[in-house]
Amino acid sequence: MSEYSGHVQGGASVGIVEKKFFTFAGPPEEMPLESGARLGPITIAYETYGKLDESGGNVVMVFHALSGNSHAAGCYSAQDEKPGWWDNMVGPGKGIDTGRYFVVCSNIIGSCYGSTGPGSTDPRTGRPYGLSFPLFTVADIVKAQKALLDHLGICSILCGIGGSIGGMQALEWAVSYPEMIRSAIPIASTCRRSALSIGLSEAQRQAIMADPNWNKGDYYGQEPPNKGLALARIIGHITYLSEASMERKFGRRLQENSAFGFDFTTDFQVESYLHYQGQKFVERFDANSYLYITKAMDYFDLAEQRGGGSLVQAFSRASAKFLVIAFSSDWLYPTSQSREMVKAMKMAGRDVSFCEIETDFGHDSFLLAHDQLTRLISGFLKRIRSEEGGREV
Amino acid sequence: MRFDLQIIASLIADGSRVLDLGCGKGDLLQYLREKKRVEGFGIEIDEHEVIECVERGLSVLHGDMNEETRDFADGSFDYVILSQTLQQVFDPEKIIDEMLRIGRTGIVSFPCFNHIAIKLQLLLKSRAPVTEELPYEWYNTPNIRVITLRDFRGFCARRGIRINNEIAISTHHRDETGQVVRFLPDWFAKYGIFALARPAGEMPRAGRDFGRG
Repeated sequence: MSEYSGHVQGGASVGIVEKKFFTFAGPPEEMPLESGARLGPITIAYETYGKLDESGGNVVMVFHALSGNSHAAGCYSAQDEKPGWWDNMVGPGKGIDTGRYFVVCSNIIGSCYGSTGPGSTDPRTGRPYGLSFPLFTVADIVKAQKALLDHLGICSILCGIGGSIGGMQALEWAVSYPEMIRSAIPIASTCRRSALSIGLSEAQRQAIMADPNWNKGDYYGQEPPNKGLALARIIGHITYLSEASMERKFGRRLQENSAFGFDFTTDFQVESYLHYQGQKFVERFDANSYLYITKAMDYFDLAEQRGGGSLVQAFSRASAKFLVIAFSSDWLYPTSQSREMVKAMKMAGRDVSFCEIETDFGHDSFLLAHDQLTRLISGFLKRIRSEEGGREV
Repeated sequence: MRFDLQIIASLIADGSRVLDLGCGKGDLLQYLREKKRVEGFGIEIDEHEVIECVERGLSVLHGDMNEETRDFADGSFDYVILSQTLQQVFDPEKIIDEMLRIGRTGIVSFPCFNHIAIKLQLLLKSRAPVTEELPYEWYNTPNIRVITLRDFRGFCARRGIRINNEIAISTHHRDETGQVVRFLPDWFAKYGIFALARPAGEMPRAGRDFGRG
């Protein structure tokens, strides 16, 4: 997801929020990972908004994307000018109405916003993990989230919602913990990354690893591989846009001069914009986290991992109701991949709704203030809440 | 709710599973869910109508009905409904086959080309008929199929489809009131509503291989 997505400050805000931490799986009870490796202790950073009702039936899990974090909504202080990444969707009276629902958003393992990741200290050595951090999968991310919910005393999720790798988490939850999750909304997501997206992912990782400062992941306390990470972000950022949206935003407009410079400085506005995106990103993200999380996305294959090769089989294990949402101009996770999951859900007998939103903002559309998306999410949540016997306010 | 939808609703048993092809904003499905406690699903091609359906708490698939019906297993529904859309369908044989594959009963309604006003327009004016029910000119009509009650009965007979119920109605376009036409329906019906079934004993077509899905 990108900074490109503007926040429309419509409606009220959840106000001042606090990032909290939960630590579990301390040795010797480390958490086994899908790879066979073990990880522990694990800290999860998380935030909650709204009130858990008495029956505990109003929990909505929000799953963040690649570079996101637990800070989905609100601000950390009265002076904090930048609200959470999905503040246009999460809040009182918004699509995910914190007046009705208890929203939980946690930072995924491997990330760099407070949850245990490659930049965290390895208790065995007293030094940052770096590349000794084990590779993990979307299933491992979800398993850690399950531990967090157990800790919070939550045994039922009304709905799990996320875009991109956040959608993968929603799908994984539905298949891995069917008794816990009543519904899921995967947005601009997929059941398995295509060769195209794996290729683009690898190009981004190679950009990081080609930076001499990367030093095989051992750069903490030194100059980090900012050039590589910025380049990775630039490639990634392009994949979140579309031809039409880039054409509209930049066209072939030149940066400062009215003529070409005939050198390799910045001629076009789009170049300048991408450089800026790359520069801004290195201030807030860890290069190793980028490597690990993109790898987890590439490994994701619900049919192979949960259905013995059959997506229908995988969804036969689920009991959640689904609302699948795609964006017409998303070429990273195209509508065809959403339709593929819908098809398997139908064949598995699941209750599924599907909507393709016509927009030219590409993959990033899910982060934009978008009336259609808001109406879909809010309508679906109300329905699930009333079907679950919840009190409608 | 439109009069023809009220008649269709009267054919649906309580607590059944219903699929509405081209469900629009979900008027019929919502009515059936409230009055008959059905488990309703819709297929709709228009994004804005799909969103309205979701807001009304309905399950709906955004897409083309020919594509979207394909993935449902044989006999997935008690009823599959195609209301006032048959005249716009490119391949009516295929869609009716699909309806009777995935549903035990298919309910089809269409504007009748046999109504006296249409007959007279053609006879007296030598013009392609334009009525309230079929308000388009020949060059811009989405209604590419010209269907009469007798044509439809013949179609069912030739394909071995059993007609369990046939109701001819007269109502103004999109009106909530109307009446069932019992006298000379082949002259006075504006819409025909048929409940169809595959003859008993006929096996549904063999399940298809969808690969890894």
